[in-house]
Amino acid sequence: MSQLAAMSMGVLLVLAVLGIFAARRPLGSRLIYAACMLICSALAGIALFALLAPPSPVEAALELPVGLPLGRTLLAFDPLSAAFAVIVNVASAIVSGYAIGHGAHAREPQRVVPFYPAFIAAMNLVLLAQDAFSFLVGWEFMSLASWALVVSDHASADNRRAALVYLIMATGGALTLLLAFGLLAGADGGYAFEEIRRAAESGVGPIVLILALVGAGSKAGLVPLHVWLPLAHPAAPSHVSALMSGVMTKVAVYGFVRLVFDLAGPPSWWWSVPVLVVAGITALLGVLYALMEHDLKRLLAYHTVENIGIIFIGLGLALAFEANGLGAAAALAFAAAIFHVLNHSLFKSLLFLGSGAVLNATGERDMEHLGGLIHRMPVTALTFLAGCIAISALPPFNGFVSEWLTFQAILLSPELPQWIPRLLVPAIGATLACSAALAAACFVKAFGMTFLGRPRSPAASGARETDGWSQSAMALLALLCLLAGILPGFVMDSLQPVTQMALGTRLAPQAAQPWFRIVPIDASRSAYNGLFVCVMILIGAAATALMVRQFASHALRRSAAWDCGFPDASPATQYSAGSFAQPIRRVFGSVVFRARERVVMPKPGDTAVARLHVELRDTVWDALYVPVIRLVEAITERLNRMQFLTIRTYLTLVFAALVVLLIIVGTWQ
Amino acid sequence: MIREWLTQLAQAALVLGLAPLLSGATRTIRARLLRRRGPSVLQPYRDLLKLIRKEVVIAENASWLFRAAPYVIFATTWVAAAVVPTFATGLTWSAAADLIVIVALLGTARFLLALAGLDVGTSFGGIGSSREMMFASLAEPAMLMAVFTLSLFAGSTQLSSISAYMLGPQAGLSISLALALVALIIVSIGENARIPVDNPATHLELTMVHEAMILEYSGRHLAVIEAAAALKLVLYLSLIACVFAPWGTAVAGAGGVAYAIGLGAYAIKLTVLAFLLVLFETAIAKMRVFRVPEFLGVALMLGLLGTILLFVSRVPR
Repeated sequence: MSQLAAMSMGVLLVLAVLGIFAARRPLGSRLIYAACMLICSALAGIALFALLAPPSPVEAALELPVGLPLGRTLLAFDPLSAAFAVIVNVASAIVSGYAIGHGAHAREPQRVVPFYPAFIAAMNLVLLAQDAFSFLVGWEFMSLASWALVVSDHASADNRRAALVYLIMATGGALTLLLAFGLLAGADGGYAFEEIRRAAESGVGPIVLILALVGAGSKAGLVPLHVWLPLAHPAAPSHVSALMSGVMTKVAVYGFVRLVFDLAGPPSWWWSVPVLVVAGITALLGVLYALMEHDLKRLLAYHTVENIGIIFIGLGLALAFEANGLGAAAALAFAAAIFHVLNHSLFKSLLFLGSGAVLNATGERDMEHLGGLIHRMPVTALTFLAGCIAISALPPFNGFVSEWLTFQAILLSPELPQWIPRLLVPAIGATLACSAALAAACFVKAFGMTFLGRPRSPAASGARETDGWSQSAMALLALLCLLAGILPGFVMDSLQPVTQMALGTRLAPQAAQPWFRIVPIDASRSAYNGLFVCVMILIGAAATALMVRQFASHALRRSAAWDCGFPDASPATQYSAGSFAQPIRRVFGSVVFRARERVVMPKPGDTAVARLHVELRDTVWDALYVPVIRLVEAITERLNRMQFLTIRTYLTLVFAALVVLLIIVGTWQ
Repeated sequence: MIREWLTQLAQAALVLGLAPLLSGATRTIRARLLRRRGPSVLQPYRDLLKLIRKEVVIAENASWLFRAAPYVIFATTWVAAAVVPTFATGLTWSAAADLIVIVALLGTARFLLALAGLDVGTSFGGIGSSREMMFASLAEPAMLMAVFTLSLFAGSTQLSSISAYMLGPQAGLSISLALALVALIIVSIGENARIPVDNPATHLELTMVHEAMILEYSGRHLAVIEAAAALKLVLYLSLIACVFAPWGTAVAGAGGVAYAIGLGAYAIKLTVLAFLLVLFETAIAKMRVFRVPEFLGVALMLGLLGTILLFVSRVPR
């Protein structure tokens, strides 16, 4: 199995090299994307087999003849990495399918096509790695390949800034992960995961947790390390944005789970506290940021931050339960988190693909210039609507199931013996409920402004439906969202080997439940049947429509909009994205973003236009990043003087440094 | 098995048949309190019949979403209302949809209604959708917090079990329950577009929210949406009744007499609740829109407080 997976990865790398030449012709890029789609499907199949097959006695890891002199390079799937590999490769395969059609629109394909297979290969390397060395190589490779894709449209200054911020954050994140693995391995330990697990270095757990939270968290987009994400994800071409937001963040979650649940040893109860606090803040802030955003792709990127918060809420709860020996509750919370990982990879990819289709059709990302696309892009609109319902955690789609499972886990937490989590968890529950409701508002805005109403620009009124490949990819993702929502039992059962591996316990198999319902703990406690709810809604709607058809008047007349008798022909009189968000901005934004509104009214009699200025401050950036940037600038300013010294002074400095270092080394021993 | 399903279907039909009557009753009580005679309590039925016989006029640029939304909104609300116990507990559908699902189903209906409000691209539709989603961003978590309190009490999120628990001997008075009740009442007022949050009788006012969203609807579409709104009121009142005033509700599998008593008790409870609701409405003035978040924020804080009290007061094993 691992040989096959490693071979597929190798093929992806070959494709990356071929991409350099193939990208010169449209057909070449299409072929590369098609090959990516096939290989990702194969990798997903391999991973699914590794996940579901009964654990074979000893399937030796594949050892590569490269690597550190001390360590070995091991590649293999275990249940944890296999589950994430399924999630990553299913989404990647569908996104590649979309790219067959969409990639043809790229302005400079040679800046995208070679890096695309490399990016997917790197993500698979992270998942396949069974030792710290190959994990980190894959991780860095993933960062660099995605960086190259972010900077592919390098003409725009925004994109260059995004790439710079991304590079700095990625470097910092990788550094902390390096430290975490170093601590885990100890002074003379091996770097293979197996050896780390066996050595079980005591006492480093808490530091590893913090380092993982910083390292993996910055990649995933935990507040306050999220700043690069809404800059970088939208800067890339849309199919790459889908991969970065929908898939790469999942690899980051995998990194966290691997370090904290697998390698760091048994947790103590307080580990859950920083995770839950950060996750709660991330969930709420992420969605508020998204609501304030009018750029469709940036809105989606900010919303990824919220979903990462939801995933980490589940992981934090799992830590708290596991530390207290509450196995069933821990399994439930963990299963909820992993389920949400899968869900988010599906609907976030779907939404980014939809935004790419809109961007191609109109050339616009700003929702203030869109509108009315439901008439001109019906398939995109329908699939995007499915994604919006799913991501807003509304039944019968899949987002609701993972949120429901998380709520069930929260309702089990009065069992926790410690006071701090018991006080914290209800607050986290309220935060989660709040962010779910705000997410619905956010996606009413996203869908309503983009697809409904009247076109706000000539580009929007002249839009055309996207190509067949893109449509099929989006339809497939929408279908998967629905299927995971109405048949959640199968998904939960398939993901159970992960829970088994990470926690040593698992939920009861759901396949045994009648009528495809899910029962996380006990049937008298709670149960959900997505299929039933979906069928009842459909029956109810169909029956009503039928009854109305039978007894009601069939007459229907098209006429001008009524609008209380004052319809205005200008599309500018519609509610805009800014005005839609205004109530929420006033309620939440005045605290979180220090939002200020200023109205400039001309004097009576003056015919100048009145203006409304809205000012939003990014509190996190102002409070945390601006001081650091200032400090770095101040220090470099000082150090700059050393560039113009004489050779004598340099020699003196070198000598002094040598002496100081020798003294330090001497006193150390 | 068959009997249980029949009870379930009877309850689903009951809420549907009762919904316009309840709206009619609130209107009549309101008229009497204002010393008007008011229309008959059966007026909403006549309104619905009249509406479905009328021609539908829709805007030129209305999409398929605008035409499909009323039916889906109605169906989701109905499914949610059907799992709230009315005269008997032990609903079979409770095993498929618990209280969290009810909240979420109402969320789906609201999501689609807000989209329908944006579909034609008028300023009134936008104002309604935007404000509705702002209210919901506080009302929905407040409702969920009340749900948490109830679920922690009964050890189950299924409404049938919660109601049965409240009927049983273990249930007693508690501060958390009182807080949850207040939160739930505030949320019900907000979600059903009643005064002081919104005015169901308003038209052509800048303060309207729910009416603004459905302004472009007419004929049969409007009838279906009005029916869904009436169902939602029944849902909330039944919810409050079955949890906080469970007396008289028949337990699962009880005989016909118990069902008859349950039915009578349900009718009395609904009437009393409708009277209280209208009494509150006539005694208070409508709020400014930006006072509503404070009003709903109180519900959220009360719900959270109730949940935290339960978390703290529970002695770990």
